[in-house]
Amino acid sequence: MEPFQNVSSIVTPLDKVNIDTDQIIPKQFLKLVQKSGFGKFVFFNWRFDEKENPVSDFVLNDSAYDNSQILVTGDNFGCGSSREHAVWALQDYGFSVIIAPSFADIFYSNCFKNGILPISLDQKITEQLLAESNPIQINLEKQIIKTSTQEIPFEIDSHKKKILLEGLDDIAQTFQHIDKIAEFEKNSTVPSVL
Amino acid sequence: MSETLFEKVWKSHVIVEKESGPSLIYIDRHLVHEVTSPQAFDGLRMNNRQVRRPDLTIATMDHNVPTSDRSLPILDQTSAVQIQTLEKNCKDFGITLFDINSPNQGIVHVIGPQLGITLPGSTIVCGDSHTSTHGAFGALALGIGTSDVEHVLASQSMWLEKPKPFEIKVEGKIKNPHAVTAKDIVLSIIKNIGTGGGTGTVIEYTGQGISDLSMEQRMTICNMSIEAGARAGMIAPDEKTFDYLRDRKYTPKNYESLVEQWRDTLKTDSDAKFEKEFVLDINDIAPQVSWGTNPGMTCDVTDNIPTPDEYSNGDENQKKGAQKALDYMDLKSGTAIEDIKINRVFIGSCTNARLEDLIEASKVVNGQKVSSDVSAMVVPGSQMVKKQAEELGLDKIFINANFEWREAGCSMCLGMNPDILSPGDRCASTSNRNFEGRQGTGGRTHLVSPVMAAAAAINGHFVDVRKLDLK
Repeated sequence: MEPFQNVSSIVTPLDKVNIDTDQIIPKQFLKLVQKSGFGKFVFFNWRFDEKENPVSDFVLNDSAYDNSQILVTGDNFGCGSSREHAVWALQDYGFSVIIAPSFADIFYSNCFKNGILPISLDQKITEQLLAESNPIQINLEKQIIKTSTQEIPFEIDSHKKKILLEGLDDIAQTFQHIDKIAEFEKNSTVPSVL
Repeated sequence: MSETLFEKVWKSHVIVEKESGPSLIYIDRHLVHEVTSPQAFDGLRMNNRQVRRPDLTIATMDHNVPTSDRSLPILDQTSAVQIQTLEKNCKDFGITLFDINSPNQGIVHVIGPQLGITLPGSTIVCGDSHTSTHGAFGALALGIGTSDVEHVLASQSMWLEKPKPFEIKVEGKIKNPHAVTAKDIVLSIIKNIGTGGGTGTVIEYTGQGISDLSMEQRMTICNMSIEAGARAGMIAPDEKTFDYLRDRKYTPKNYESLVEQWRDTLKTDSDAKFEKEFVLDINDIAPQVSWGTNPGMTCDVTDNIPTPDEYSNGDENQKKGAQKALDYMDLKSGTAIEDIKINRVFIGSCTNARLEDLIEASKVVNGQKVSSDVSAMVVPGSQMVKKQAEELGLDKIFINANFEWREAGCSMCLGMNPDILSPGDRCASTSNRNFEGRQGTGGRTHLVSPVMAAAAAINGHFVDVRKLDLK
């Protein structure tokens, strides 16, 4: 995984609560066996009509947001299916930061495995950011969002921050504890399946 | 120190614990399917890693598989590739696979318990959010993303921040168990606490309303914990649990001695504290029907569809969401639920496609015909369920009523196979998600119990099944 870089970009406002992963990446695109190439399908059923023409009033079809790397959205983002394809699609499309009042647990966890920073902020601040038209800066090291008018601190677990900043391989980290895993297995009372 | 059931199972699986942040927990059972695993196996290959414990890993194919004639080739090439990829991965890494022709094939959350793979007090993961189903046996069962699938394949462990324990108590003795079912209980819970009400928690379901339920009904409850946003759902095991798992194909040889341990330990201590609590009375619950585009947008079958104001309780964002949902569903506030006409019925999914679900639905269908403007199908949750149902003659009851009787799989719950709604179709579905387009682009889903779906199939619209003479 590439280390997370500070981001400076305008925000893409997607003002809707409870956006589920079926909307982020509809099921017809889950049949690929690789991780790449999902960006063109992100929010497919909102971006395109039945004839696959762009829906003009959907925010991702507004060229003003073409280079945005920051998605700002509503409460409980990423609920529903555990499909990591949702994160792969958002990342492949170009987002590296997602800001919302809250996230669904599995989606939140999936973000960190793919170098996306999910930031959970108070509803009022999220609403201000939804209306922000100037570029904003995200500094993960300092845990600060800088807008044209204010500096907004954000919380993040120190372990997750380290993983993003250093682009660490989760499994390689875990293998440092391999002796403890083996020890646990030796004492486990749960039998094998087979 | 007093502990909840969840805390006991958690504690017995922690390998590495830190002052703050996630702990490394051991995983006893890893269930694998074709959609969320190919990239994980690729990751292992790229890093020259092995599957640490193939003996704790079981695979099947369920999401993509056609439910029509299995002797025919799979027409959708991308589905076929995904299925072949799972076959190759299982062969390369030495994992037991129940393939499309296996008598043990089925929806992963239906076959786990049926085969005795699911065990009380164990940790179970699968790259599928409905893994919460297995919590009905007192397991800590978690849905995970593909990166964690790879992590568990490689290390038989995963990093997880400890969720908070949340008690949902269902009080009272149910008066009409054939009309008000586990599905109605869980939809009613989600309606009350919301789709984010369980975020960051593991729910333990308690109370007589839960302990009176059969194992299959308990699975329906735990299955939809994720629809309330919870990391998992659990029910303390009892004699019903131990009886269910006895003498299954993979029930451990030392099962009786395990039961002795579980009987003493796998329960919440009487003075243990939950971080959050919610109580409801089972006799306040009516048959439920969802009207919107998330499972919290649900009401009683006797209700009218609420206005966005009534639904949102003054929350502007929820109000906007409700209006958008009504637009998508092409429904008007004030319409009586019983006046909503449907043209499709799906009885299936990991929520409601077990033998008991099919038996209960067949009682409504027996001797009747599906309404002439409705197309209806039954997709058993596993090939074992299908066989047992056929031994009871349920297939004939459904077929004589003009239902289609299919092979096992996830099918129209998410429509990755050819079983999908067409734009504008309105479906009474026993599945778990009514999200926009979930069952097919432009399709409209109403979540209901198997008996409610069966009654809707016969009548062409929703009916209150409490009016039927169900025994």
